[in-house]
Amino acid sequence: MAIDVNGKSLEVDEEGYLADLNQWEPDVATIMAKADGSDLSDAHWEVINFLREYYEEYQIAPAVRVLTKAIGKKLGKDKGNSKYLYELFPYGPAKQACKYAGLPKPTGCV
Amino acid sequence: MAEPWEDDELEGPVRKFMYVNRRAPYGTIYALESLEVVLIAAAFEQDVTLVFMDDGVYQIKKEQNTEAIGVKNFSPTYRALEGYDVEKLYVERESLQSRGLTVEDLIVPVQIVDKDQLAELMEEQEVILSF
Repeated sequence: MAIDVNGKSLEVDEEGYLADLNQWEPDVATIMAKADGSDLSDAHWEVINFLREYYEEYQIAPAVRVLTKAIGKKLGKDKGNSKYLYELFPYGPAKQACKYAGLPKPTGCV
Repeated sequence: MAEPWEDDELEGPVRKFMYVNRRAPYGTIYALESLEVVLIAAAFEQDVTLVFMDDGVYQIKKEQNTEAIGVKNFSPTYRALEGYDVEKLYVERESLQSRGLTVEDLIVPVQIVDKDQLAELMEEQEVILSF
């Protein structure tokens, strides 16, 4: 499977996660979100950028509980809770946001 | 029916799991697989203890460079364990010393234990997995 981003065909797995995270660019997230029927707001980008930084540092995609806690630490308590993150990413904050961020599916993700 | 964000509390018993890492980080898949299983257990909020002994101490050595062998350096992931509330990391004293290493050489904070203390820790566990 593949998705088209700015004239390039990028390989994705059967669940839609980017095969090579080095191919990621912001339009990947925009196009994936469009396919899910939504537009990305600044609040979405805040989480997506956070995930990319987390991956850069730790080389994994965080589990949802860990993501929630880490977001709270970085962006404040009003954002570090499941309700806020599920409203932004209704398919599951870790799963959906990681996909948009070009990361693999989180380990231990249910 | 609970909303998804109210479904935080995972049901089921919490068990005491110990993962004993005894092999070098690269050359076999054991170290990486162990780390993956640890992260899964932690995501399910289990009580996780890690032990590094024998060549396993090399898994958490600082400044790993895997470029020449063409595999991913996954050692930064050990630093993520704290965020997963995995904070019980033990290193067997002799394994560290006989390899010319000290705690200063390690990428994460650990407790150094001797073999007798390790035996006591093992007694306390419900599940012990050796990698």
